[in-house]
Amino acid sequence: MSIPSLQVDPSSFQLQRLRDFWRLLTINRKVSVGLWILAFFVLVAIFGPIIFHQDANALGPDILQPPSPAHWLGTTQTGQDIFLQVVVGTRVSVVFGLVTGLVATIISVVVGLAGGYFGGWIDEVLSLLSNVFLVLPALPLAIVLATFVAYKGPLTIGFVTVITGWSWGARVLRAQTLSMRSRDFVEASRASGETSWRIIFYEIFPNEIAIVAAELLGTVIYAILAETGLEYLGLGDVTTVSWGTMFYWAGNNDALLLGAWWWFLPPGVCISLLGAGLAFINFGIDEIANPRLRKEERPKLAKFKKSGKAVEA
Amino acid sequence: MRHLLRRIGFYLVALWASATLNFLIPRLAPGNPAQTLMARLHGRLTPQAQHALEILFGINHDPLWSQYLQYLNNLLHGNLGVSITYFPTPVSEVIAQEIPWTLMLVGIALVISFVLGTLLGVIVAWRRGSRLDAILSPLFTFLSAIPYFWLALILLYVLGFLLNWFPINGGYDTDNTVPGLTPDFILSAILHGVLPAFTIVISSIAGWLLGMRNAMITTLSEDYVLMAEAKGLSSRRVMLVYAARNAILPNITSFALSLGFVVSGALLTEIVFSYPGIGYALLEAVTNLDYALLQGIFLIIAIAVLAANFLADLLYVALDPRVRLERN
Repeated sequence: MSIPSLQVDPSSFQLQRLRDFWRLLTINRKVSVGLWILAFFVLVAIFGPIIFHQDANALGPDILQPPSPAHWLGTTQTGQDIFLQVVVGTRVSVVFGLVTGLVATIISVVVGLAGGYFGGWIDEVLSLLSNVFLVLPALPLAIVLATFVAYKGPLTIGFVTVITGWSWGARVLRAQTLSMRSRDFVEASRASGETSWRIIFYEIFPNEIAIVAAELLGTVIYAILAETGLEYLGLGDVTTVSWGTMFYWAGNNDALLLGAWWWFLPPGVCISLLGAGLAFINFGIDEIANPRLRKEERPKLAKFKKSGKAVEA
Repeated sequence: MRHLLRRIGFYLVALWASATLNFLIPRLAPGNPAQTLMARLHGRLTPQAQHALEILFGINHDPLWSQYLQYLNNLLHGNLGVSITYFPTPVSEVIAQEIPWTLMLVGIALVISFVLGTLLGVIVAWRRGSRLDAILSPLFTFLSAIPYFWLALILLYVLGFLLNWFPINGGYDTDNTVPGLTPDFILSAILHGVLPAFTIVISSIAGWLLGMRNAMITTLSEDYVLMAEAKGLSSRRVMLVYAARNAILPNITSFALSLGFVVSGALLTEIVFSYPGIGYALLEAVTNLDYALLQGIFLIIAIAVLAANFLADLLYVALDPRVRLERN
C-alpha cells in the first residue's frame, strides 16, 4: 500500500515546486505585468504576420492618410499600410532582440564563468578583455563598425550589438563565480572527479540563473534599442520592414514636417511598451531576490512613528 | 598606490585597444570602401594628404605592421587626417569646432538630470509604499525604456512643430545672429538648446531616480538609520544626512562615468534636432563616408570615456573610507 504513495510523492513535490515558482512570479505585480506585455508581443510576432498575410512594402493608392477604418494606423507617403508594417515589423524586431540578447548572454556566461572558475592567467586575459569592451563606447563603436561593413542587414547589426553588449554580464557573472568556486558543493564535485566544464555548467551555472535571467532581459532591451538606433541612421537593411526601418523612412520622408504623427508614433510606442515590460520583469526579479527592495515592511515602522510611540520592538 | 598604478596601466591598455580597433576595423571590413573613396578624391588632395589617408585606410602597400606604426605615430602627433565633408579642414579642427556645443548641451542637461533624479529618488525611497512611490517608480521605469531619439521626435513634433514654442533645428538662428558673445546670440543659443536638453533630461532622469531609490532602500534598513530615528532626530535630517549621504555613493560614481558619455551620450538627440555637435558631425561622417572624421570622433569619444572611468575610480577611493582602509 505504501509503495504507490511513495511513487507519487516526487512528481507531486515537483508540481508543488513548479506551482510555488509560478506563484512567486505572479505574486509580484511588476513581474506579472511585464510577463503579460512580453507575451503579447511574442504572440503578435508569431501570429501577426500569419493573420495579416500581405506584403508590408506593397504600395497603395491612399497616400499619407491619417488613421481610418480602412487603414487603422494610416498610411505612408507611398501608400503603405502602417498597421501592417508595425505587425510585420514586430516579428523582425522581437526575434532580433531575443536572438541577439541570447547570443550576447551566452558569450557573457561562458566568459564570466570560465574566468571566475579557472582563475590564473585565463581569468586575467578574460577579465582584461571584458573590462576593455566595457569601457569602449558602445553606440559609437557600433556606428563605426556598421558603417565599415559593406553588407547591410540584420547579421551585421546583430554582430555589432553582440560585440558591444556582452561585457557587463561577463563581469557580473565572473564576480559571482569567484565567490562560488570554493563552496563545499563545488569542492565536493571536484573531489569526485567531475570534469571542469561539467562543474561549471551543471554545478555552478544553475546557482546563477537569476543573475543570468536579469542579464538576458537587460541585454534584450539594449539590443532592441541599439537595433532601432542603427536602423534609424540607415545602417541596416532599409528594405526589410522593422520598427527601426519604419523610423528611417519616416525620417527620410520628413514625416514630422508633413505632420504625419501616425507614421513615427506606433513603432516608438511598441518599443517603449516592450522595453518597459522587460524592465518590469527585471525589477520584479530584483525584488524577489532582494527582500529589502520589497515594500511590505517599511510602512509598519512609519505607523509606529505616527502614533507617537518610541520604536522599541 | 599600487592599485592606482594598476588602474593607470589598465586604461593605457584600453586606450591602445581602442586605437588598434580603430586601425583594424577598416582593414578587416569585407569590400574595401576606402578604395572607392580614394578614386573619388583623386586629384583633389595634395600628395602628403593622400599619403596620410592611405596610411589611415591601409591602401598603401607597406606591410601591415609598418602601416600600424605609422598610424600610431600620426596619432601621437595629433594628426587625425583630413575631413572629406569639410574638405580640406583637418579632422582635429572639425572636432574642436563641434565639441563645445555638445559639452554645453549635454553637460548642463546631465547636471540637471542628476540633481533632480537623485533628489526624487531620495524622496521616493523615503516614502516607500506611498502613492507617490506607486506612481513615480513605474512611470520612470517606463520612461527609461523609451528610445530617446523617438522621445526627441515626439517633443519636436508637439512643442516645436504643432505649438511652435521652440525652433525645430540648429544650434542658433543662423539668419539673424553671428556666433559671438552678444546677447542676441546667447539668447538664440539657449532657445535652441532647451528642447534637446529637455529630451536628454527626461530620458536619463529615470536611471538616477531608480538607482538612488534602490541604494537608499538598502541603506534605510541599516541599524544606524534606526538609531538616528530612535534618537528622535528630525526626519529630514535622518533622510538626508544619515541615509542619503551613505546611499549616494553609487550614483556619484555613475555620475563620473556619465561625464565620459557627455561627448557621445546625445548622438541621436543631436541628429534629430540637427543640433551642431559631435553627434551631428558623426552623422555627416556616416552619410558622406568620411572615414577619417568617423575614426577621429570615435577616438575622441573613447578617450573621454576612459578619462571619466579613471575619474570615477579616483572619486570612489576619495569618497569611500572603506575602500581607502582596505587598500592601506
